Amino acid sequence: MSSKGVPLFPEAASSFATNVDNLYLFIIAVSVFFGVAVIIAMVAFGIIFKQKKPGEVGERIEGNLALELLWSIIPTIISMVMFGWGAQAFFEMRVPPAETMTVYAVGKQWMWKFQHPEGAREINELHVPLGKAVKVLITSEDVLHSLYFPSFRTKMDAIPGRYSQLWFEATKTGTYHIFCTEYCGTNHSGMIGSVVVMEPQEYQAWLAGGSVGGTLAERGEKLFSELACSTCHMDSGQGRGPSLANIVGATAELADGTTVVRDENYLRESIINSQAKIVKGYQPLMPAFQGLINEENLVALVEYVKTKSPAARPTPAPAAAPAASTATTDGMQTPSATGGKN
Amino acid sequence: MLDTLKLPDHHYLNDGHGLKSWLLTKDHKRIAMMYLISITVMFALGGFFAAGVRLELMTPQGDLFLADTYNKFFTMHGVVMVFFFLIPSTPAVLGNFLIPPMVGAKDLAFPRINLLSLYIFWLGAAFFFYALFSGGVDTGWTFYTPFSSFSSNTNVVPTALGVFISGFSSILTGLNFIVTIHRMRAPGLSWFKLPLFVWAHYATSLIQVLGTPVVAITIIMVFVERAFGFGIFDPVRGGDPVLFQHLFWFYSHPAVYIMIVPALGVMSELISTFTRKTIFGYSFVAFSSLAIAVFGFIVWAHHMFVAGISPYSALVFSFLSFSVAIPSAVKVFNWTATLWKGSISFEPPMLYAYGFMGLFLVGGLTGLFLATLGTDIHLHDTYFVVAHFHYIMVGGAIMGYIGGIHFWWPKMTGRMYSEFGARMSAILVFVGFNLTFFPQFILGYMGMPRRYHAYPDEFQVLNIMSSAGAGVLGIGYILPVIYLTYSLTRGKAAGPNPWGASGLEWQTQSPPVTANFTEPPVVPAEPYEYTPHVAREANLV
Ligand SMILES: [Cu+2]
Ligand SMILES: [Cu+2]
Repeated sequence: MSSKGVPLFPEAASSFATNVDNLYLFIIAVSVFFGVAVIIAMVAFGIIFKQKKPGEVGERIEGNLALELLWSIIPTIISMVMFGWGAQAFFEMRVPPAETMTVYAVGKQWMWKFQHPEGAREINELHVPLGKAVKVLITSEDVLHSLYFPSFRTKMDAIPGRYSQLWFEATKTGTYHIFCTEYCGTNHSGMIGSVVVMEPQEYQAWLAGGSVGGTLAERGEKLFSELACSTCHMDSGQGRGPSLANIVGATAELADGTTVVRDENYLRESIINSQAKIVKGYQPLMPAFQGLINEENLVALVEYVKTKSPAARPTPAPAAAPAASTATTDGMQTPSATGGKN
Repeated sequence: MLDTLKLPDHHYLNDGHGLKSWLLTKDHKRIAMMYLISITVMFALGGFFAAGVRLELMTPQGDLFLADTYNKFFTMHGVVMVFFFLIPSTPAVLGNFLIPPMVGAKDLAFPRINLLSLYIFWLGAAFFFYALFSGGVDTGWTFYTPFSSFSSNTNVVPTALGVFISGFSSILTGLNFIVTIHRMRAPGLSWFKLPLFVWAHYATSLIQVLGTPVVAITIIMVFVERAFGFGIFDPVRGGDPVLFQHLFWFYSHPAVYIMIVPALGVMSELISTFTRKTIFGYSFVAFSSLAIAVFGFIVWAHHMFVAGISPYSALVFSFLSFSVAIPSAVKVFNWTATLWKGSISFEPPMLYAYGFMGLFLVGGLTGLFLATLGTDIHLHDTYFVVAHFHYIMVGGAIMGYIGGIHFWWPKMTGRMYSEFGARMSAILVFVGFNLTFFPQFILGYMGMPRRYHAYPDEFQVLNIMSSAGAGVLGIGYILPVIYLTYSLTRGKAAGPNPWGASGLEWQTQSPPVTANFTEPPVVPAEPYEYTPHVAREANLV
């Protein structure tokens, strides 16, 4: 629905969009019922009980306990239905299925940068395959932003200093809006773009065309040696730092005795602020890379470290990408024509 | 017969002349009138910024103002309206003027502190004006970090200090009300004989006293981070940007109730008076104010469902948010039931009361979409939220405040205003308001984000409707300024009780003497006691 006249709904193009729309319609129905009932009562009483002559007073009615209980309890019950349905829809949106493909999003004043594990990189445009669960790991290089896909009915804030995530499964091919919904300064309203949902084969073809500079993990591997990470983090476990093999998803015991599950946020923090969590048995020798490495390269490193834990990784999309050439690490796919003004 | 009424010879307005007699007054009524003038100026300023925003949004392109200018406009609209108009509005003007006579007292418990609170408010406003004239501020009224702490290069610090300072005026007012209501009630005026207006202000005062210090500390933290580079909210320096949101909303959600609960109190007075009967379920309405005040403190994270908080805490906050919806619903049902078997008349204040109920109803019901997790994820930070809180803040709080002004104006000034003008204004405000904000619900579900300087073409039709409505709404707000000002010199004398209302404040002359009562008021046996005898006397005075 759209274009002609006043549009009421954005396209419903994700697996949970219809559920959200139905929930929305349910709340509208409840609201209209109660709203109209109250307004009719107000107007009708206003007419029926209009003052007939000056000096007349109303009947003194102090209240009615049964009525009070009735109109406290009924709305409570109905609102619990809303709460329950809302919670169900929410968890559907928040908990991705076991099998997902991952895309990284970095918000920056005022653009969205997306990186696909296969190597394709884009700005203000995101290509995704139809019918496949896509997990987006989101962070920000500066202030808060929020990545919003109205047609998928989901959004998540981009928070500097950590990864947040959302997921969706697109159910309709087409091009839909991406908005930034967290105010982020001058060109906040220009921080928009589009998500392009493609048939899976087309998507593979598109990926293949965009993977200049190798996959994300390959870029990460290159950085891993450039930044000399590999001199301490040896897979053999003989280095001064812990081996990074098979650590993702596993629990580690820290020097202070606490334990931590090592996910993407843990990896990110351990690079940027390496002293924060020291694995038991190791010395705090690693330099902090805060300010020395940008979010996009960080993402590449994280992606590379994840490849060292094949068990924890959901099987990636069959990489049609023919690890193209050597060349620069900066194969940047330029967006065709999108909103980002200036 | 009304023509024979005359203003009393001695009253608080002519008890001392000249600027000094006002600036050094300890009379709560004069302080209230000075607040009235101050916040009316702020309301006009906030309205000016809103007009700029609505003009810009008439076209999809950002073609009227530069993006930075637009961002400053919506920021200063929010800052002025929330901190310098809505928070003081009903308590500082109507509460200040009416709580002492309503409890049968000569003044508030601490008259000097009351005057101090006004000066503090002015000082806070002075900081805001300094920020405004040095170029304004662009962080949004929510001051989210890390944007406000290191990215924005506008006047964040003076604005934040202005908000910080004016917060103390709100704390002092709240403190004054609490003590007054506890200690200064006339003999025989027990808690359950108090007008519901007083109950509402009691609940509001608790929030002011308990909540405002938290936002004050938060502002100091932003200040310290900006000025001295401490890492509190900035992740690069080891801070947590989301911590700010927790602290900010811990105050600012309850602040919503600072704005709306006093207006709910006004409503109870209006509805009781113009139905000539007591409020249905007095104690339920009284306790619902307290329940709202208490629950209001435990729902803050419903502003943060997409801010990366744990889904389980989101679940808890969603659940608690529904719990605050119930007492609000109870109030609406009780007011509606009050109409039953009333003797209803539609003087201008009652028109405002009807308008209030309609708008507050929509505001409350649309809150359900935002408390519900599944729909909030989609609607968060879209125009749906903008529409929802304007229905509560403008449709509710301002409608209640202006309704209250129309109701107590004869008491405050001793004069009646143009009834025709007031009816026009009430209708224009109601129509203009709905035209402005209803389309924004649809825009929000369509996905239009808030705080957008430019937007995709498909949102234009609804935005034009909204801007047109804002024009009507503006006229609705300007009218009262004209006829109320005119009434100050030309209005007919009102007499002590022009509406035949039951509260103690109507037992004294209009305008009252400085000590409020010339003889001790008679405390009725029941709250909102209307007998044919009382009503006839009032109408025929
Ligand atoms: Cu933004
Ligand atoms: Cu809130």
